[in-house]
Amino acid sequence: MQLLQILVSGASQGCIYGLIAIGFVLIYKATETVNFAQGELMMLGAFAGLAAATLLGLPYWAAFLAAVAALALFGLATERVVLRPILGQPAFAIVMVTIGIGYVARGLITMVPAIGTDTHALPTPFQDELVRLGGLVIGMEHVVVIGTTVALCALLFALFRLTKVGIAMQAASQNQLAAYYMGIPVRRLNGLIWAISAAVAAVAGILLAPITFVHANMGFIGLKAFPAAVIGGFGSLPGAIVGGLIIGLVEALAGFYLPEGFKDTAAYVVVLLMLVVKPNGLFGETMHKKV
Amino acid sequence: MRFLFKTDYDQDIRLFRHGGQRFWYALLGIGLVAAPWALSEYQLAQASLICIYGIVGLGLMLLTGYTGLVSIGHAAFLGVGAYAEAILAARGWPLPLSFAAAMLLSAAVGVVVGLPALRVRGIYLAIATLAFGFIVEEIITRWEALTGGNSGLPVAAASLLGRALDTTAEFYFLSLACAVLAAVVVINLLRSPTGRAFIAIRDSEISAQSMGIHLARYKTVSFALSAALTGLAGALYAHKLRFLSPDQFTVIQSIELLMMVFIGGIGSIHGAFLGAIFIIALPQAISGVRPLLPEALASAAGLQPTVFGLILIGFILFEPMGLYGWWFKTRTYFSLFPFYRRGTFKRRKAFQKSERLR
Repeated sequence: MQLLQILVSGASQGCIYGLIAIGFVLIYKATETVNFAQGELMMLGAFAGLAAATLLGLPYWAAFLAAVAALALFGLATERVVLRPILGQPAFAIVMVTIGIGYVARGLITMVPAIGTDTHALPTPFQDELVRLGGLVIGMEHVVVIGTTVALCALLFALFRLTKVGIAMQAASQNQLAAYYMGIPVRRLNGLIWAISAAVAAVAGILLAPITFVHANMGFIGLKAFPAAVIGGFGSLPGAIVGGLIIGLVEALAGFYLPEGFKDTAAYVVVLLMLVVKPNGLFGETMHKKV
Repeated sequence: MRFLFKTDYDQDIRLFRHGGQRFWYALLGIGLVAAPWALSEYQLAQASLICIYGIVGLGLMLLTGYTGLVSIGHAAFLGVGAYAEAILAARGWPLPLSFAAAMLLSAAVGVVVGLPALRVRGIYLAIATLAFGFIVEEIITRWEALTGGNSGLPVAAASLLGRALDTTAEFYFLSLACAVLAAVVVINLLRSPTGRAFIAIRDSEISAQSMGIHLARYKTVSFALSAALTGLAGALYAHKLRFLSPDQFTVIQSIELLMMVFIGGIGSIHGAFLGAIFIIALPQAISGVRPLLPEALASAAGLQPTVFGLILIGFILFEPMGLYGWWFKTRTYFSLFPFYRRGTFKRRKAFQKSERLR
């Protein structure tokens, strides 16, 4: 029973990693860039939710939606202002720009007087509620995390399979030039992808808020989502969620069974093993260049 | 404007291209040697730090700027070098021996980290080095018997040939000597077949391989050399700070080292040192500007990361070659005066290179 308890909390932590990893994968598939600011976008989302709930006095779910919308706009603007001008530069120059965006976001939040440097609790309607399943006692926030992740995955699946925009995105991610020739507005789609991944980050941030509280350094959890994305294979959305779950579960089990210190490095040990054994990840595609 | 009339093949690989360079570098050398008599104690201490960060920059530049392998775990090599030096110096090893041991140990760790580089590339490699950086940080924290863990490890002053180098000027000369030596080694390496192979690998792995370059061997060599240089810097760093703790060697530090070489100018030796000067001078500049700012802004803790991030973004947007590119263009402007045109260094719009298909 105790094991099951650990697995559930590991799975909910894994869902958070998975949501951040989805953001990585979306942007990687669209622009072949890894967005190091994904964790910071999540942090901004949590702060946006906090601002909407406490300053504007919105109810929880309205604040949730407001934060997601705000972050989507922020993602759109970031792509337009900072990333579009450097399209075509070496891949790692663009990665450095996203690192810069992360620094600026973290710095600006800590510069907000009286709010930025403190730790805040985001009030939720399901605080301290428990769900009992047989002998299993689960905090309501974990159930909400898992439920929202499942719903969001279904939504993204529908977007990419059933809508015209989603299919255009798939085409652009496979071959930008060919998609452009077919009349797909690739650059506008890239902006949209940034908006979606920032919105997903905001969801992750608000879901994480009741578990770890809201503070300026919560974005560092993004560094743990890299292993999740790599394990799943960097180009695969279901892979990102599976990778996140694996990392979350391994961490929870390592924290329980292994001595102190293994919990924080478990994710990295797993990813190193994965890179040695199967560098393209569980669901990654292998392609070879024809010379 | 200067025209080089080449009459000898050796002119292509000479250390100094022409008399002007020889003159300016000689002047720079005299200035650096005379620095202890001109600078204050504090400025001299900062100058030694610039030398140390310059060596790290050289190491990272060799790997990232010249071989095209990105590492987000270089602070770990710095840590390995620093702790190796601290522990060996405490056991009474003479300085040249303990420095060599720190470099060798760091290089050995570099080879181990380089192993995944043989199979993965691009962003996967960056994440492998990131993972490695986290693991080393955790090992340093947990191996308390050796490293003192979170309570830290005090380090004695450096001593050379039985003489303690405990004044700032003496330590400055030690760091300067190491930095100059490291720079000469890297410059010589880059004009040797090994260095040319690194650059070929950076530009295209497939064409390098077709030219008969053994990818696995050269990538491993690049990792080892880069780690050894960083280990040397770590050894100096240990004696400079006289106190080591795991929070000096975090992944955040690695990312800042990477920012340092990008701002300095990726793919140039000058860039390594310009980046080092930048990273040391920026906090000073910010604290100099603070009194001029409004109260709320001046006391904010986030000012420094914000400025750092904005400068990084600005450089990549407007001047991808960093500080060195800036200097290079200014120099070209004056040497071509009045014929410099805005299009002289216009960036070529490249098609997006795909990492997936290689």
